[in-house]
Amino acid sequence: MQKRRKLGRGVAVVGAGMSRFGMFKDKDSKYLFAEAFNEMRSAVDKGMDPGDIDALYLGNFTNDFFVRQGHWGPIIADLIGLTPKPATRTEGACASSALALREAVFAIASGFYDIVLAGGVEEMSKRTTEEVTQGLAMAAIPYEVNAGFTFPGVFGATATAYFARYGANREHLMNVTIKSHNNARLNPKAQFNVSVRDIMNKRIERAKKKGEPIPDWRDEKEFLRDPKANPVVAWPMHLYDCCPISDGASCVLLVAEEMARNFTDSPLYVAGIGQGSGKGLHAKEDLTCFEATRYAAQEAYDLSGLKPEDVQIAEVHDCFSIAEIIHLEDLGFFPQGEGYKAVEEGLTRLDGPKPINTSGGLKCKGHPVGATGTGQVIEIWKQLRGEAGERQVPIKDLRIGATHNLGGTGGTCTFTILERR
Amino acid sequence: MEEKHFSDISYEQFLNEEKLMGSRCKQCGTFYVPPRPICIKCYASEMEWVQTKGKGKLAAFTCIAVGPPFMMEEGYDRTRPYVSGVVELEEGARVVARIEGVDGSKPETIKIGTPLRVEFLHRGEGEDSATFLAFRP
Repeated sequence: MQKRRKLGRGVAVVGAGMSRFGMFKDKDSKYLFAEAFNEMRSAVDKGMDPGDIDALYLGNFTNDFFVRQGHWGPIIADLIGLTPKPATRTEGACASSALALREAVFAIASGFYDIVLAGGVEEMSKRTTEEVTQGLAMAAIPYEVNAGFTFPGVFGATATAYFARYGANREHLMNVTIKSHNNARLNPKAQFNVSVRDIMNKRIERAKKKGEPIPDWRDEKEFLRDPKANPVVAWPMHLYDCCPISDGASCVLLVAEEMARNFTDSPLYVAGIGQGSGKGLHAKEDLTCFEATRYAAQEAYDLSGLKPEDVQIAEVHDCFSIAEIIHLEDLGFFPQGEGYKAVEEGLTRLDGPKPINTSGGLKCKGHPVGATGTGQVIEIWKQLRGEAGERQVPIKDLRIGATHNLGGTGGTCTFTILERR
Repeated sequence: MEEKHFSDISYEQFLNEEKLMGSRCKQCGTFYVPPRPICIKCYASEMEWVQTKGKGKLAAFTCIAVGPPFMMEEGYDRTRPYVSGVVELEEGARVVARIEGVDGSKPETIKIGTPLRVEFLHRGEGEDSATFLAFRP
């Protein structure tokens, strides 16, 4: 980093809300955002007047393609009664709303605005899997598309390079999946709020009822090794290595630091915020990491004066199981090539020393792409304020949490560090 | 040949002619495939075309069971996955390409480091024709 970064003035999160994530034939983008907005409002402890919001930044990636409408800033501004105030759409593929958050932070830090709403929305499930695959490929590099790569394919190839270099294998990826499902089981907002064990038991029950042969999986890994239960998508990425197709919305209310206590006695302060860009698969110097994540993390650590070991809990962009392992390394939580061992040893579990994706992550909470970035902030909001219910991490003096969002195949990455003071 | 823009359009035209071409920076000598109009090492924009030998080795791969419509139309599906990969060329640059001549349904038989040779897959006709870069052992 050539220059020390700084914010012109401090920024605080004083409210956060999300819609349920899932596949909803009967909910459109506006309805989903209204759900998120209403939850955000009720999360502001001392209340807020929507008329006081100065501006909206809204992340969205695929609505042009899936809903045939691209101009979402003013549509959502009108939905929440914000017009004629400004609304700006941000696009960073799956990191779109993390960019909205960042722009909102800058807008406040510059002194221009005091109260800004940052959020995201995505409506994906009304299309076929093939159409969604094609739509998401808009975020890939054209060379990759021509070579037949899909999103799971890019991460599958990344996994083979990682395996060859560090000696990891598919079994290590399964540890990520099992952990994510165990966390999501405790998250009522998760698209799949069930453990892998729950899914196995359900399948066994169903087989019994139908008089079909009863599967004899001894444990979760045997289930995940069963190609009938867990088919290949893009080897070594199997169904349970991939996040689902989701609809959803999320939003976060940001205010100037000096105003924060007017809204709540327990705001979260933006300690660090960073963003980086990355190259396509063919041009990456190292196939087993994401340079955009590393740059974003460095920017955020630099701004905050914090180190990776200071971050007590994080939501990372586990669009695919291998991605979570690599992010643990790129963010500096574990040494390069050792992320898979950390997961295997349980260090990233809810009750471990570095809980990762306590929400269930993208894999289980769902991944409505444009809504994911600010959606991740909601989990940190709940955890740092002690409001995560059954999945509250048992860390004493929990003060610092972070979110990592990745767009495309690593083209846009962000890292945001939030602090309770 | 020297007049061709250092662009993806030129790169694809060369693929049609069964040439895997890259650009080399005249100032610092860095070689890029696909070609770049600006050197990202020294920021010079004087480039020259260089044809690769079309030889390399497999650096990463995936066997894709759920692919985009244009791949499914070639007859690939969940029971017959195709293989895409990253190939490290002898010249040092890497390219992404289809990997032919390997069995996508037996990923354990595909080894990173396998030597590969370029192949050009011509698909479609007339206006719709395109050439896809491929490699095979």
